[in-house]
Amino acid sequence: MIEPKDVEYVAWLARLDVSEEEKEKFTRQLGQVLEHAEKIKSLDTEDVDPTSHAIPLKNVMREDETGPCLSQEEALSGAPRTQGGYFVVPRII
Amino acid sequence: MEALYAMKAWELQDMIDRGEVSVSEVLDAVLARLEQVENEVHSYITLTLDAARAAAAEADRARDGGKSPGAAAGIPMAIKDVLCTRGIRTTCGSRILEEYIPVYDATVLERLRHAGLVLVGKANMDEFAMGSSTENSAYGPTRNPWDLERVPGGSSGGSAAAVAAGEAIWALGSDTGGSIRQPASFCGLVGMKPTYGLVSRYGLVAFASSLDQVGPIARDVRDCALLLSLIAGHDRRDSTSLRLEPPDYLSAMQGDIRGLRVGMPRELMQEGLTPGVRKAMEDCLQKFEQLGAEVDEATLPNLDYALSAYYIIAPAEASSNLARFDGVRYGLRVEGAEDMMEMYGRTRAAGFGPEVKRRIMLGTYALSAGYYEAYYGQAQKVRTLIIRDFDAAYEKYDILVSPTTPTPAFALGEKVEDPLAMYLSDVCTIPVNLAGIPAISIPCGLEDGLPVGLQIMGKVLDETTVLRAARVMEEALAFREKPGSGKGVGA
Repeated sequence: MIEPKDVEYVAWLARLDVSEEEKEKFTRQLGQVLEHAEKIKSLDTEDVDPTSHAIPLKNVMREDETGPCLSQEEALSGAPRTQGGYFVVPRII
Repeated sequence: MEALYAMKAWELQDMIDRGEVSVSEVLDAVLARLEQVENEVHSYITLTLDAARAAAAEADRARDGGKSPGAAAGIPMAIKDVLCTRGIRTTCGSRILEEYIPVYDATVLERLRHAGLVLVGKANMDEFAMGSSTENSAYGPTRNPWDLERVPGGSSGGSAAAVAAGEAIWALGSDTGGSIRQPASFCGLVGMKPTYGLVSRYGLVAFASSLDQVGPIARDVRDCALLLSLIAGHDRRDSTSLRLEPPDYLSAMQGDIRGLRVGMPRELMQEGLTPGVRKAMEDCLQKFEQLGAEVDEATLPNLDYALSAYYIIAPAEASSNLARFDGVRYGLRVEGAEDMMEMYGRTRAAGFGPEVKRRIMLGTYALSAGYYEAYYGQAQKVRTLIIRDFDAAYEKYDILVSPTTPTPAFALGEKVEDPLAMYLSDVCTIPVNLAGIPAISIPCGLEDGLPVGLQIMGKVLDETTVLRAARVMEEALAFREKPGSGKGVGA
């Protein structure tokens, strides 16, 4: 079953800092939900195709035409920090 | 005469058309009611009263000038805070979007604006639509207008409470696993999840993209059909939007239900139903028979697996969708981090609440290397089996019926620390989203003074039959109860 180190690893994958208290709580709660989900493993689905969308759609194509779009100012209006028309982020490497 | 704030949209539209009342008078009545009850109910996150007054005045001017002010004009409305509204803060019930102001309108908002929308405000909800009680909102819970110690349901709890309390005439919600139908049921209202793809999702902040659908919450089936007609139809900006011209639901839903084949899936009538819900269902089945329908027990053999499959698929899609909240392009950023990774981790830890974190973790786990096939892959196959079950049932029946929820509204705080118990309250509504089919909830009785809902499920794109059955049943059931003034807010 799921252990604190799994929670730690998954939290890292999800880019989500978790406190010691959350780690303990999520270990327990995720364990419960996954235990419930174990049930689906018992079904024989050997010849069953997976469904990603309930209503099947083929590729949806349309003409690639320019139309009204957001201005640079609008596109940046929600950003926490910008400079000279760019998004500003902390150091990456 | 009934108070204006308690009337149906179609009644108000008739009165406005006849010049018996102005749009501004209707709005004033709703706003006076809001003033009176909002402190207790807390239906809204953001109010847009000045814009509402301006829209009402404009509608009145248009009407005075002999022009039709549009099909939604004069009908004060609540919009779930998961739909983007240009220039109006859209929080999704989350701290991470506390100051987010969209630069565009969701397609459904655009359509409603063309029809003369009078927007009262953005309704409270479980954070990112994850929850069944509206207790997961970062802005505090909404209370059930029927009993203020109980939840209004969720995640569209603010939308439903606003309509039930008289703080809006109708509302939009979104439904990923029951988030329109369950709160409608808990609040004694009509709520509908349309067929997947009938209503555009453009501008609906995504939770689980293959399950999400926008739909109406209203006071009767006629209003529900009217509102559905206003929002349905193809949108080139949503690639999952179906290319079709929806019928006029109002005229298409006329007629009786003689000879209609009604199936009741036995898997949805099993354990966990309260006596009042069971009794209300039995009464409904009897009514169906009296109205000339052919009622029979149906079976959906794989339904026992639906909940488990859903709680893999929905969190998996959510964990992927919510990756966009990274503190870069919009929303909260926690400053002071040394590098990018630290900024992501701290921003997301501070911005998301416990349930959202839980689902991101669950989804990330189910999609991670070594577990993908066993969980996500298998859940998608189970989804196929559930769709096959519905297909087989619809060869024999025109509609399927069940309770909307196994119990009436539960108490605030009752399930908030027990995620699994909360998830189990969605057992009747979730299969519908997995199969993409339409379903409605209508009030069908009371248990201990709390509303009970009847769920009517239809075939893909057969909203018309669902609405017709709902309309005929609504008339036969003659549910006229209103929130009492003891535990509730009064009518």
